Amino acid sequence: MIEIGLGHYLTLGAIIFTIGIVGIFLNRKNIIVILMSIELILLSVNINLVSFSIFTNDLVGQIFTLFILTVAAAEAAIGLAIIVVYYRNSGTIGVEEIDKLKG
Amino acid sequence: MTAHLLFFYTFAFVAVFSSIMVITSKNTVHSVFFLILDFISISCLFIMIGAEFLGMMMLIVYVGAVAVLFLFVVMMLNVSQQQNQWFSSKGASTHIPIGLLVGAVIFFELIIVIGGWKYKPNILSTSLLKISSETTNTHSIGSVLYTDYIHVFQLSGMILLVAMIGAIVLTFRQRSGLKRQSYFKQISRERSDSVKLTDVESKKGVKIDD
Repeated sequence: MIEIGLGHYLTLGAIIFTIGIVGIFLNRKNIIVILMSIELILLSVNINLVSFSIFTNDLVGQIFTLFILTVAAAEAAIGLAIIVVYYRNSGTIGVEEIDKLKG
Repeated sequence: MTAHLLFFYTFAFVAVFSSIMVITSKNTVHSVFFLILDFISISCLFIMIGAEFLGMMMLIVYVGAVAVLFLFVVMMLNVSQQQNQWFSSKGASTHIPIGLLVGAVIFFELIIVIGGWKYKPNILSTSLLKISSETTNTHSIGSVLYTDYIHVFQLSGMILLVAMIGAIVLTFRQRSGLKRQSYFKQISRERSDSVKLTDVESKKGVKIDD
């Protein structure tokens, strides 16, 4: 019987992190899904911090997870506000249509 | 122990499946629903591993605030009509295989790091803040958060304030042609500005100029 250790949680964090990055790369729909991928990446970082905190018996990881939670909430609010303003100005938030900077 | 194993694999499988569905589902509203499912399963994992306070915080902050915010914006912007297919977008994009390749490379690098990683032998004696088994998780976090990390805590409050003001400033719109109350004008208005008493002579009337 395998015991659930630190490696399991780190692997789960790695999988979710990779899914978030692939979601940013492959997205063809709209910017909101990119913001959701960023939330997934922050979530996987939280998994890593909490599992290290528990398995090394140290509380600092959980406290920093709390701060990451705060920053993620602020980032989501600002990002969605920017998206709403952009949609009001240009009428679209599709990834393909946003090419004003010609990048 | 078997129940622990079973619960871990259940929650982990649900988390991975729902995060895959977040990035692949065609409807953005469905993506938000799967994001909520992802957050809930990860917070169940947190509660299971022993970080109860963070699990509950994840539920309150992510599911209660962030996901609902996403849902509001998605439903307000009507993005479900402008969805594109993944592989049939214009220009036969080359960045889908390249993105998959980069994602695979990142994943294998992370797995190599996790697999080849060893504990420092005396890691348990070097921890900064030991988790004591007598107090609850919430108690120990609270006793550290408001004393040792008070400056960081207040700084995160400042970040939230800046985010709130920024979101209001960004989305605030001054409409033209809308009559608004002007409190200063109302309060500073005096009797002499608006009322004039005149004696009206008989059979002559009074001339009002307005």
